Amino acid sequence: MKLNELTIKQAKERLKKKQFSSVDLTNACLEQIMKKNKNLNVFITVCESLALENAKKADKLISVGQDLPLLGIPIALKDLFSTKGIETSAGSNVLKGYIPPYDATVVVKLKQAGAVILGKTNLDAWAHGSSGENSDFGPTKNPWNTNFVPGGSSSGSAVSVATGMSMASTGTDTGGSIRLPASFTNTVGLKPTYGRVSRNGIIAMASSLDSIGHFTKTAEDSALFLQVTAGKDEFDATTPSVEVPDYTKDLEKGVKGLKIGIPKEYFIKGLDKNIKEEVKKAFRFYESQGAEIIDISLPNTEYAIATYYIIQPAEVSSNLARYDGIRFGQDRRAFGEEAKRRIMLGTFTLSVGYYDAYYKKAMKVRTLILRDFEEAFKKVDAIITPVSPTMPWKIGERVDDPLAMYLSDVFAAPINLAGLPGLSVPIGFIDGLPVGIQILGPHFSENLLFRIAHAYETAHKWYERTPNE
Amino acid sequence: MLTKQRISGMRERLMNSRTIIGLEVHVELKTKRKMFCNCSADYFGHKPNTHTCPVCLGLPGALPVPNKQALEWCIAIGLALNCEIPLFSKFDRKNYFYPDLPKGYQISQYDQPFCLRGKIEVNGKKFGITRVHMEEDTGKLSHGKVENEDVSLIDFNRSGVPLVEIVTDPDFNNAIDVKAYLQKLQQIVRYLGVSDADMEKGQMRLEPNISISLDVNSTKLPNYKVEVKNINSFGFVEKAINFELKRQQEILEKGEKPVQETRGWDESKQKTVSQRLKEEANDYRYFPEPDIPPLRWTDNEIADIKEKMKGKMPEDKIKELINLEVSQSNAVLLVANMNKLDLFNELYSKTKFIKGGTPIPTANQISNYLINKVVEHQTIPQIMHSIQSSLTLSSVSNDELKEVIRKVLKNNPKIMQDYKAGKKSVIQFAIGQVMYIIRKKIDTEILKKLITDELK
Amino acid sequence: MKIDVKHVAKLANIPLKNDEVKKYENQLSQILEYIEKLTKVNTDNIKETSQTTGLENVTRDDVASPSLKQDEALSNTKSKHNSLFKVKAIFEE
Repeated sequence: MKLNELTIKQAKERLKKKQFSSVDLTNACLEQIMKKNKNLNVFITVCESLALENAKKADKLISVGQDLPLLGIPIALKDLFSTKGIETSAGSNVLKGYIPPYDATVVVKLKQAGAVILGKTNLDAWAHGSSGENSDFGPTKNPWNTNFVPGGSSSGSAVSVATGMSMASTGTDTGGSIRLPASFTNTVGLKPTYGRVSRNGIIAMASSLDSIGHFTKTAEDSALFLQVTAGKDEFDATTPSVEVPDYTKDLEKGVKGLKIGIPKEYFIKGLDKNIKEEVKKAFRFYESQGAEIIDISLPNTEYAIATYYIIQPAEVSSNLARYDGIRFGQDRRAFGEEAKRRIMLGTFTLSVGYYDAYYKKAMKVRTLILRDFEEAFKKVDAIITPVSPTMPWKIGERVDDPLAMYLSDVFAAPINLAGLPGLSVPIGFIDGLPVGIQILGPHFSENLLFRIAHAYETAHKWYERTPNE
Repeated sequence: MLTKQRISGMRERLMNSRTIIGLEVHVELKTKRKMFCNCSADYFGHKPNTHTCPVCLGLPGALPVPNKQALEWCIAIGLALNCEIPLFSKFDRKNYFYPDLPKGYQISQYDQPFCLRGKIEVNGKKFGITRVHMEEDTGKLSHGKVENEDVSLIDFNRSGVPLVEIVTDPDFNNAIDVKAYLQKLQQIVRYLGVSDADMEKGQMRLEPNISISLDVNSTKLPNYKVEVKNINSFGFVEKAINFELKRQQEILEKGEKPVQETRGWDESKQKTVSQRLKEEANDYRYFPEPDIPPLRWTDNEIADIKEKMKGKMPEDKIKELINLEVSQSNAVLLVANMNKLDLFNELYSKTKFIKGGTPIPTANQISNYLINKVVEHQTIPQIMHSIQSSLTLSSVSNDELKEVIRKVLKNNPKIMQDYKAGKKSVIQFAIGQVMYIIRKKIDTEILKKLITDELK
Repeated sequence: MKIDVKHVAKLANIPLKNDEVKKYENQLSQILEYIEKLTKVNTDNIKETSQTTGLENVTRDDVASPSLKQDEALSNTKSKHNSLFKVKAIFEE
């Protein structure tokens, strides 16, 4: 097995035992990047010399017995995360060449935890997209079949972990942008509770919806990573003082006695029947492990996309107002089509005469959606649903139909509206392309999600499969 | 068709027209930290763009976190203006594009401001305060030519500094009351210790909204208003308002309606000049600021803020002075000048240490001296000494002096003539005349001032 | 539901070419039609949710800390003069 095919947990153990060095591990990742990046278009910026320099530093610390949570582990960052001195483009020509004078809080934390930063990954520009096709630097390709999309907007980050270019990578999830690409690439993608991880320094898409998460091979790795990034931040007023628990503590507890809900609104006509079959298999597995599967209803699910596509573009239109080319970047002519669309849609729904009918109304329906989940969690501990109604589509297939693109968020977006955590876990392949489920829980229930995912993973090691592309 | 009859009829109506003025004042708070970031708020006079950070520069990814002190001080201002303080409040985004606005929106307050429905008494009249709210300041724009091209230049040091906006009901109808209101407001914020409110430094900015209604009998507001900006000193206030009123009246006399717009006072041209058309009023697309959770006060917190204000207000200071037997008019004048009040307090506290032999000035005597004299660049002991010397001079009241002065001027009309012709030396003659009548040793400085005042 | 794209683009400070206007008009109208769904939902007596954290009163004390250095603040602009950001003249009069 190649070094970069290990999990973080395995790599950490072996680094400690000095079976190899961080430089070895980093080189393995860099080699993979050199081999595959041109074809798959995963990285916008690769920091080769900086990464090796930091790997060397990590090795020194390891040699004196220092133990930091991610010491010597090479990771990638979605190019939405401000990195001091390193170009941060948001996947857009508007920010091409922009070099932030500061690090995002999460980047500071990851550095302090000893992680080695390999580079910045490709994404739909401004995180606007579900496929990776809206990047101004070309789409990232799905490594399982390069004719297909890897999902978005955190397309590069998902593929970097799927192909072993990095041991973990960061992402953002505003309407499914971690969970969808995770399910399309056979990786584990965590969208934490809104506010669990600081948004400071991460280029804002929709302020009340953006969740800062990450991709890993396994749920255990995901827990190790969240341990570093979670916590209240004095620079982000929307991070509550909720204690950061030990996220690996409950991993092995299993699912016996847990009540898992299946919402009937997620098993509608539009759901691909092969996906439905795979998801049902997963439910049968959990039942066999002692979980109770309970039918529940989330009645306002059908209004979630409409609600999301009013609130999100409204906040986007305001958050993107600062890009005027005066203090940094290019002027507004450099915006891509999707960005322009969303800015205009948002501006319209906030404008005089329309605010009440659209934005205010959407904020009220949001309350109803939140209540649906609150009611459901009184009956069940967790909820499991498919992540996407369809399998990954061919590159180019949906670019001319923005609405069709938006509808791919139908299972993912309600979770963002409610601010809940969601963990996307691989459950297999259909015609060579990956499929996943999302495990949902109440606010700040991430350990429960890791526990439920871990139970599945120990019996189905999908992460041991690697794409041939 | 405007017939002569119609025009003269209009003029008659205008004589009885209503002037409607509402005031928007922005006060810069003298906090240490800016409103939403950790930069120092003490930006004035520093090198450009040296007091910025990702937040106040509007860099990608930066987030706002409110300054607690600023919020408390805004409440204090609201309480000083007798406002209601709703316990629940929030920030909103005001979206518009301008180069000095780095985020493309200003964090302000829209429908749930910190303070509402207050009132203030000035010149014996009551004026309503519509609201008092918090917002952040913008960067500073300057204009010039670089390589033959007209450019605008931006310094973001001021961006993010806390501003309190105080809006009055459209209750004012003349420039004198407006000036008095401004002076009182300036005193209030200075005595609360929340702002230095120096107009020349932009720490207190006034924007009157002015319109005229021809319909005297109704209380309906006219269907237009003109906002006037760039009034940077108390001196300009009266001039700007009076100019604008005259300008609008002339337009109305022609049977036209003044354009709803923003105008700027141009001191060099001594007139208001059109700036930007207010049009249908910019669509600011206000919505609740998602990056800042709302604020909820408790009654105890508001009571604490009120408690801290006790004894600090100008009225309190005036009462204190009156208790020391300073005359009402002196007390008002002293309080109007914070520096002089500080001097008074220092001097007064020293009177108990005066050794036997030298005269002990009363509070009122100290106040008299400070009001009438220029005392900059003098030390406390120097001032005290001067006061004591002046006490050996006869104490004739200002009113008595004024009576004599008026008599002298009446009997000697040439004094007035010569003064108006520019012969300042005639004042010495007048002083001599007064002294001759009174036949007591009088402080010639005070006399000179009173005579000059009468001549003006 | 027809959107006045020219007006919205102006409000949003998005420069659009004439041939783009029609395209966006069609796309946005389609999207708005879908969004109209919400009008059917009964939201009587329902309060708006703008924050899912339930947080209130998050503030910081009045303590200043160092700012960016002048060259850092100006490091990403293409247009500056005497340490000021430079733009085409804004005429106020």
